[in-house]
Amino acid sequence: MQSKDINTPPPRAALPKVQLQNYVVYIFFAVVLAFFAITIGDKGFLSVTNLFNIARTTAMITVIAVAMTFVISAGELDLSVGSIAALSALTCGLVMQAGFVWPLAVMAGLTAGLIVGSMNGFFVTVIGIPSFLVTLGMMQFVRGLDMRITYTNPIAISNPTYNSIFGSGSLFGIPSLLIWSVAVALLGFVVLKYTGFGRQILATGGNRMAAEYSGVNTRRIKFAAFLLSGAAAALAGLLYTGMMQTARFNFGEGAELMAIAAVILGGTSLFGGKGTILGTFAGSLLIGTINNGLIIMGLDVSEQMMVAGGIIILAVAFGKKPSN
Amino acid sequence: MTVPLILEMTDIAKSFGSIPVLKRVSFDLRKGEVHALMGGNGAGKSTLMKILTGVYSRDGGTVKIEGQTVDLYGAKGAERAGVAMIFQEFSLVQTLTVAQNIFLKREPRFAGTPFINGAEMVRQSWAILDELGVDIDPDALVSSLSVGYMQIVEIAKALSKKARVLIMDEPTSSLSEAETSALFELVGRLRASGISIVYISHRMAEILSLCDRVTVMRDGQTVMTENCADLSVSRIVEAMLGAGNAASFAWKDRHVPQTARPVVKVRNLRLDKRIEDVSFDIREGEIVGLAGLMGSGRTEIAETLFGRRKAVSGEVIFDDAPVTSQADAIERGIALVPEDRRKFGLVLEHSVGANIILPNLARFTRRLFVQDAAASQVVQDTIRDLSIKTDGPEKLSRLLSGGNQQKIVIGKWLVRAPRLLILDEPTIGVDIGAKSEIIDTVRAMADKGTAVLVISSELEELMAISDRILVLHSGRIAQSVNRRDIATEEELHHAIQGHKHTAPARGAA
Repeated sequence: MQSKDINTPPPRAALPKVQLQNYVVYIFFAVVLAFFAITIGDKGFLSVTNLFNIARTTAMITVIAVAMTFVISAGELDLSVGSIAALSALTCGLVMQAGFVWPLAVMAGLTAGLIVGSMNGFFVTVIGIPSFLVTLGMMQFVRGLDMRITYTNPIAISNPTYNSIFGSGSLFGIPSLLIWSVAVALLGFVVLKYTGFGRQILATGGNRMAAEYSGVNTRRIKFAAFLLSGAAAALAGLLYTGMMQTARFNFGEGAELMAIAAVILGGTSLFGGKGTILGTFAGSLLIGTINNGLIIMGLDVSEQMMVAGGIIILAVAFGKKPSN
Repeated sequence: MTVPLILEMTDIAKSFGSIPVLKRVSFDLRKGEVHALMGGNGAGKSTLMKILTGVYSRDGGTVKIEGQTVDLYGAKGAERAGVAMIFQEFSLVQTLTVAQNIFLKREPRFAGTPFINGAEMVRQSWAILDELGVDIDPDALVSSLSVGYMQIVEIAKALSKKARVLIMDEPTSSLSEAETSALFELVGRLRASGISIVYISHRMAEILSLCDRVTVMRDGQTVMTENCADLSVSRIVEAMLGAGNAASFAWKDRHVPQTARPVVKVRNLRLDKRIEDVSFDIREGEIVGLAGLMGSGRTEIAETLFGRRKAVSGEVIFDDAPVTSQADAIERGIALVPEDRRKFGLVLEHSVGANIILPNLARFTRRLFVQDAAASQVVQDTIRDLSIKTDGPEKLSRLLSGGNQQKIVIGKWLVRAPRLLILDEPTIGVDIGAKSEIIDTVRAMADKGTAVLVISSELEELMAISDRILVLHSGRIAQSVNRRDIATEEELHHAIQGHKHTAPARGAA
């Protein structure tokens, strides 16, 4: 159809340029592992028990961070996830305490998460308030609700089936918490990378107007991201409950920041449009490993926080594209 | 020539890696001259100008300003040499006032103190703006100004730094007709006061009426420098394209049978404010041009056809049923190539392929999953059919030239074989080669039966592409003319100006 001869350059056979920034989380992970292996390898850091321990304690953050990857990729933020985790835990605990079967309690917990998620989605997409503000308010509101429900009293969970599936149990020797986090990450990976929904999430975050002009219902996509985030946070709450065999109002305090850190460390753009679940998974493990290693090294909580914070800043600084 | 040169760039060379982008380019500028610099994207214009403004360092050649060899090291070096760029994407701080912007980082102080003398700053701003003959309040916030005024503030800022050479890059691309003529007057005054201007634009008519000389670049070399008086549009086009390539800018008399059925019928459309009563049809295979001044409501009509905007009254009938929403419009085969491709057309940080697939996701999705193999075949075909110049489908669309970016936006809709294609200013910031390719593509689509609506401020473009031209004036379709009944661009120009007082003598009431 073209009458003119345009000298299209032949496709270049050169290797794609490796962008170090995309792999910084894996490099850091390797460095941190190596460092701990050398310094505290003899103190049990490398034992299977301890490695599983890292996986178990980071499971909740991983689950939250996977959904957070969707929210951030869509150009939004969800600060309410930590509070939602506790709300789900308490809801689940109360329903079991009232004598219902555990699957019903699980449904109730997840429903609580979906309700808060849909409220976030409503205020962001229908009312049009920036998600930072909506979820900041929601974080406070729901945490207050968490405290009010049981007047900060913990609810003991004595159902062994529940505790095994959502906490201390294992399958073929693999801790159930690790299975949960890997399953959620895999699911997230597939959905973000290979489904129409995932593509629309990225397009919405990359350029909302262009996505709309291309027929993407960006409000629905963002709403769905908040629903997903609410559900994932609720699942994380169920996992906290199973691990501790208790539901407490203060579950997930600070989890939102850890999750965001994991997402950004992993290479997802804070401005939306670019997201990687694998990176998020690695980012979450990196944070978990640092915390675990520092504990074994005998640092106290205050020192742990300082070192972990410093490492996060360093990793993000290394991952930053050189600005021109 | 008796007029002294203010700027002489001789044998400028620059390579990026092993790729030479400038091959011994020479360019000069006389005192008080407006000198147009033209060329397709990738011809080397912006690289040359970035060397002149100290953004890039040159590999070879010399730059002399008023006979003195200068270094132009960094932005400061260019400023010292008296060279200033008037940015295409404006670089003013929106939340500060006009005066604060003009004197940003150079604010006058109270003698011997670090405190800013606001009154003095405003007084000096008045002086500069007066000299420019424009009526802008130095205390006004920049964000409250129209784009045209913002540009004037940019100029004022440059002059306050004692700039003698101004580089203007597509200065009229986002200006209204009135703002454009105001800018031209201003350019005339600057020229009279001895300021020299390098004027970069794709708009031929503008250049021929405004500039003294034209330099055309192609493939990193200057291929022509001539006095404007000796030039015609076709000569410039020829120089830009290389020999014998200018043909497709010519109009082709396409035959659309009167019996072809209308794809879209617009009836008594009324939108808020600007559009009062607009009716027209577009038939199968017909290319209709919509002419009108900027801000006359053309884009609003396009958005209404696309289902993004609700009419106050009247209706849009598409294939015998009204358009109810944007989703409905897309579903039934309406496509819109929006005015601002960077804002509305592309996800710039995503690949060429991802952008082409985006509006077609539903087609390539089976049971939730995107069928990447099938999609990538279509992407390859689109890249080939539109000759999109890219290293591959994975290249970020941000990295492509304006023309190739626009081809992506057109291509992503082409995949759907739309019944109605609306193009809003499709060739703004698009080089001439890509422009004629886009025109070819649109014609080919119309030949297959697609109804096309082209909105453009460039009459030359409308004259080249349309079968019929609608003239929008005062919120109504003032005229609907068959292209074959219009002899010259000038006739169309008068029709658009309508009975405006500023219309030239011929059209005076």
